[in-house]
Amino acid sequence: MKLKNIAGLLGAAVVAGGMLASGAASAQEKIGFVYVGPIGDHGWTYRHDIGRLAVEKAFGDKVKTTYVESVKEGADSERVIRKMAADGHKVIFTTSFGFMNPTVKVAKQFPKSMFEHATGYKRVDNVSTYAARFYEGRYVIGKIAGKMTKTNVIGYVGSFPIPEVVRGINATTLAARSVNPDVQVKVAWVNTWYDPGKEGDAAKALIDQGADIILQHTDSPAPLQVAESRGVWGVGQASDMSKFAAKAQLTAIIDNWDKYYVDRVKAALDGTWKSEDTWGGLDSKMVEIAPYNDAIPADVVALAEEAHKGIIDGSIKPFAGPIKAQDGTVKVKEGEALDDGALLGMDWYVEGVQGKLPKGN
Amino acid sequence: MSGFDWLVPVILTVITAATPLVFAAIGELVTEKSGVLNLGVEGMMLVGAVAAFATATVTGSYILAIFAAAAAGAVLALLFGILTLSLMANQVATGLALTLFGVGLSALAGQDFVGEPVKALAKLNIEGLTDIPVIGPILFGQDPLVYLSFVLVALVSWFLYKTKAGLVLRAVGDSHDAAHSIGYSVIGIRYLAVLFGGAMSGIGGAYLSLAYTPMWAENMTAGRGWIALALIVFATWKPGLVLIGAYMFGGITILQLHAQAAGLAIPSQVLSMLPYLATVIVLVLISKDESRIRKHAPACIGKIFHPAA
Repeated sequence: MKLKNIAGLLGAAVVAGGMLASGAASAQEKIGFVYVGPIGDHGWTYRHDIGRLAVEKAFGDKVKTTYVESVKEGADSERVIRKMAADGHKVIFTTSFGFMNPTVKVAKQFPKSMFEHATGYKRVDNVSTYAARFYEGRYVIGKIAGKMTKTNVIGYVGSFPIPEVVRGINATTLAARSVNPDVQVKVAWVNTWYDPGKEGDAAKALIDQGADIILQHTDSPAPLQVAESRGVWGVGQASDMSKFAAKAQLTAIIDNWDKYYVDRVKAALDGTWKSEDTWGGLDSKMVEIAPYNDAIPADVVALAEEAHKGIIDGSIKPFAGPIKAQDGTVKVKEGEALDDGALLGMDWYVEGVQGKLPKGN
Repeated sequence: MSGFDWLVPVILTVITAATPLVFAAIGELVTEKSGVLNLGVEGMMLVGAVAAFATATVTGSYILAIFAAAAAGAVLALLFGILTLSLMANQVATGLALTLFGVGLSALAGQDFVGEPVKALAKLNIEGLTDIPVIGPILFGQDPLVYLSFVLVALVSWFLYKTKAGLVLRAVGDSHDAAHSIGYSVIGIRYLAVLFGGAMSGIGGAYLSLAYTPMWAENMTAGRGWIALALIVFATWKPGLVLIGAYMFGGITILQLHAQAAGLAIPSQVLSMLPYLATVIVLVLISKDESRIRKHAPACIGKIFHPAA
């Protein structure tokens, strides 16, 4: 390819060496995205794709973005990532936890490409990791949920029992119980990120067992839809889902990757890119809270906004002690708070969560 | 949690979980009984789901939407028929391709409908009857497709075992050469069976996008087409058992969610695995008695028919 280009330029025989170099620099850089779900999931992948569009908008003709959606985690993803790298993509975003090992493996074989892996923890020279502190958003939502529940039962549709999800459940529970000590959180694991039918069924089961607020850590609007049809509250996941539940959606957690993606692509184009780890939260606006439902009383909104502000200015830490584990033993002492390492490996429930945490995932 | 209070919502949820499986499986059962194996059920369900959703959104008519779903499924099935019956392509490969094609086609066609809500299919509500405790909402409070699914199973059972046409269809599936030699149009009958299977898969898909989770989302079947295919083997090609199997599959899924919400200490992964485990166990049990399968399994399934031979 390159040889051919150069031969063509020589054929023209009028091009000076300097122009050749600048010609190469102004060439379009390819930026690739690997998605775990369909863009049309209206949740996780949908928001990553909005980030991709932000990159296109910010750099115009300078970049060309490509994406592959619904890529299965594991061996299949390695093939997709390798293909992208072999095609000369400068930056490749791999946007699911299960893409971690394939990303690192391919990255070692293509040292010229830069890789960005979402929600993982393995980094090499050309692999950065990034994630959002969704638990901060969930803490804010927990305050609302604790105040809005009448049955004192919050239902939580979980995807997989991994630290990321457990953290969200715990943050919600801590916040809810800080405003209403009687709250219990019931969890139903569906063992998938995306199966509208099953997610909806889990929401129904939770409602049938007394939950009057449905939170979810799965990607489709189905649980919210069930909440709407059963006349209970729900909270949108990854994007504002109020279209599906105009009455039921209290608010939503919004993932906002736009700025991060634009910044990282800019760094790659400038040559300042290096491998690092980013864990952005409410302060960097990587996590945002959708507009609050009008049905939430003003004092509850105030509580939520207080938590929101406190997390941004650092005066509130969601995982500050005292925190008791599910069995009542003190896990975090008064005056202490969990560090990022403990958060990233969280595999225990706080007091107030019902059921046993499935292990081995 | 006293008496039957908790049972009613569980049963209602099981019904919605089972209905799409019933439609897809009973349609495919007829296809397979004619000796054709169409692995494209997942794809046909998806096109049905998107066709139904689009029609309901644009026209507002749910009856039209269900017909559109059946038609869309049948069109995809027709494609399968042309390839495998007329052009004699390999059925397994074509069926797999049909699923992949259906996934892509439905995603493409559904682009404009992503993120659009639609009103759920209305449920029956008969004054007095639906209000009866426990049995009222279960027997008289369903949407029309649920009732249709039961009627369909009864009709297919009657058709296959009590009518001459059904006998001919089974004959074609058991020995296409024999059926051909006494003058039946093997290809023609198989086309009809394939089209019926496609239409029913389409309606199964419509149930997903109109009633189960009233929305369109890419790949929303999430493997239910494959479960439907497994169900047929599970049911040893008997319509009644397909119905029971679908409710069992649906039931196990829902019960495991309830068990979790109730805080029972059973690992959720084990519970998620149960429906498939049940299939394998039943398969092993019935395989021990081969005659029981042979009696109902179409002998010519998946075999290409060469009229000249």
